[in-house]
Amino acid sequence: MMSLRLRLFLILIGATGLIWLAAVSWIYVSSQRELEHVLDTRLQEAARMVASLAEGFGRSSSVEDADSKALPTLSGYERQLSCQIWSLDGRLIAKSSGAPEGVLTDRKSGFSDHEINGEAWRVYAVEDASKGIRVLVGDRLGLRERLVGDLVKGLLWPALLIVPLLGLLIWLSLNRGFRPLAWITNDLTHRKADDMRPVNVAATPSEVQPLTNALNQLFAKVELARRHERDLTAFAAHELRTPLAGLKAQAQVAVAADDPAVMKHALRQILVSVDRTSRLVRQLLAISRLDARGEEQGAEPIVIGDLIDEIAGATAKPDAIAVSVDERLAALTWMANRECLELAIRNLHENAIQHMPSGGHVRWTLGSSPNDIAVEDEGPGIPENEMPQVGTRFFRGQFKSPIGSGLGLSISRLALERIGARLVLSNRTDTKGLRVELLRQA
Amino acid sequence: MRILVVKDDPVIADAVRVGLTLGGAIVDCVGTCADALAAVSTTRFSAIVLDIMLPDGSGIDVLREIRAGKETIPVLLLTARDEISDRVTGLDAGADDYLVKPFDLDELAARLRAITRRSDGRTDSCLVHGTIRVDPAEASVTVDGALVPLSRREFAVLVALMERPGVIRSRSELEERLYGWDDDVESNAVEVHIHHLRNKIGRETIETVRGLGYRMRAI
Repeated sequence: MMSLRLRLFLILIGATGLIWLAAVSWIYVSSQRELEHVLDTRLQEAARMVASLAEGFGRSSSVEDADSKALPTLSGYERQLSCQIWSLDGRLIAKSSGAPEGVLTDRKSGFSDHEINGEAWRVYAVEDASKGIRVLVGDRLGLRERLVGDLVKGLLWPALLIVPLLGLLIWLSLNRGFRPLAWITNDLTHRKADDMRPVNVAATPSEVQPLTNALNQLFAKVELARRHERDLTAFAAHELRTPLAGLKAQAQVAVAADDPAVMKHALRQILVSVDRTSRLVRQLLAISRLDARGEEQGAEPIVIGDLIDEIAGATAKPDAIAVSVDERLAALTWMANRECLELAIRNLHENAIQHMPSGGHVRWTLGSSPNDIAVEDEGPGIPENEMPQVGTRFFRGQFKSPIGSGLGLSISRLALERIGARLVLSNRTDTKGLRVELLRQA
Repeated sequence: MRILVVKDDPVIADAVRVGLTLGGAIVDCVGTCADALAAVSTTRFSAIVLDIMLPDGSGIDVLREIRAGKETIPVLLLTARDEISDRVTGLDAGADDYLVKPFDLDELAARLRAITRRSDGRTDSCLVHGTIRVDPAEASVTVDGALVPLSRREFAVLVALMERPGVIRSRSELEERLYGWDDDVESNAVEVHIHHLRNKIGRETIETVRGLGYRMRAI
């Protein structure tokens, strides 16, 4: 796209040029008219003057006399003005030098235009019946036009000189006017890749503020995503160390042990650690995937009861733990992205099972509103003072499960957010345990 | 050597317990700050392996509490955080050493031997009394250069007696060194171990001080 500056420059130059052209034409036309008027008045005055001076000629004056007589007062107009004095009976009494021989006009009085010997004339006639004369004063139109042309040219030259000056001035003003934009551009181009500080909105002109605001929002979004990613990496590195330390220590025990029972025990512990590590990795991948995607699009109708049955069937659990799914859930359908909802429910289900390793009942049922889902376990619940922190990534409370990672609730919460739902945790009041509600309306 | 492991992760705690036991130590495990403080106040340990991240607080606070009670017991810190500031805080709070997870079990055992040796004021890693030489690193005992096979508990009794030759160790003190909380202790267990020990390293080496306990006989 054409640069804003060039575009503005062309528009401004075009507009100014147009106005300039209009002004010049106006000046041309009006000065021409003014000049015509002035010259006409002069013709008129000259004719009257001649008429008043023509006293001495009288009716009886001869043509010869008139021929030889000069008109001294009119000598100054020699070049431009031509004067003829005719008797009323049609004899040429006198004429100025340089005036044509033929009669200038047939009109008895007033202005008229004529062509005489191939030249255009403007003639004023005045008749003095008392003196018996008709005075004709003529002006060559060619001369008149040259005068007008010279006058307008005199005006036009400075005006023409002004045009490039005006262009230069407009260009410089535009540069000056665009300086705030240049500052922003400069600020942005000289930033380091990881500099996500917002652009100073107060220092930007109001026209670009929507742009800088949008830019700042983008910066904030990118910064948040980057911080999530950084946190995730840091915590992942930290959290993976614990199971890895367990793996290594147990492996060393297994290698060092002579007693087959000790070795077997260590190997079993290694299996636990491997399970825990792989779950952690799976969850880390899930959370980074959830972080990466925005609002979820691909919604489909999902029968909640079927989904929970499917997940419960695929999740390993000790025999002592019972899982029940309320029949009414089979009639509940959510319009949601399947992957997100499954992730949320699976993590909640695993959480419930992990927190009561020695038996109990995990109950999936309808929430307090018939559109919501709830799950109840008989684990230790969550101490009230830990409630605010629960769901913070990698937070593991006092009653943590041995294979937990502190990510399950974060994942559930994030996955539900993506499908416009919400998670509400509360300790059960009827018995020990936690109740988690999945609310459809965020 | 009786060692307290304060670690909330069951897999690691189990590995440390089994691993150190294989090296001849008696190990007790607790998982919280509160349990750790209770254990230290009721039982004499040779050393403590202390994790910084505990469910009910920081291991460093436990350490400060222990040191505030003028307890000189050697403490080794375990930490997943390898930030220098953590180690500095830990060492300044009174830790004798630290290990960063994931750690090597052999290194943990060696560092524990080192800090207990330092706290006993010894420079030699082996305990020597006359012709008897005990190597805690190898969990081996030689008499006149000949290897004497000892059971884990016999070895623990011998180490307890040789750590401070001449000092009388009472029966209950020895029992505390020999058995973790989870072990069933027979009423005459210590006498039985002493008896076996005398058979293996010589009748005259261990002296019974009637009514008080046992000590290595002065040479």
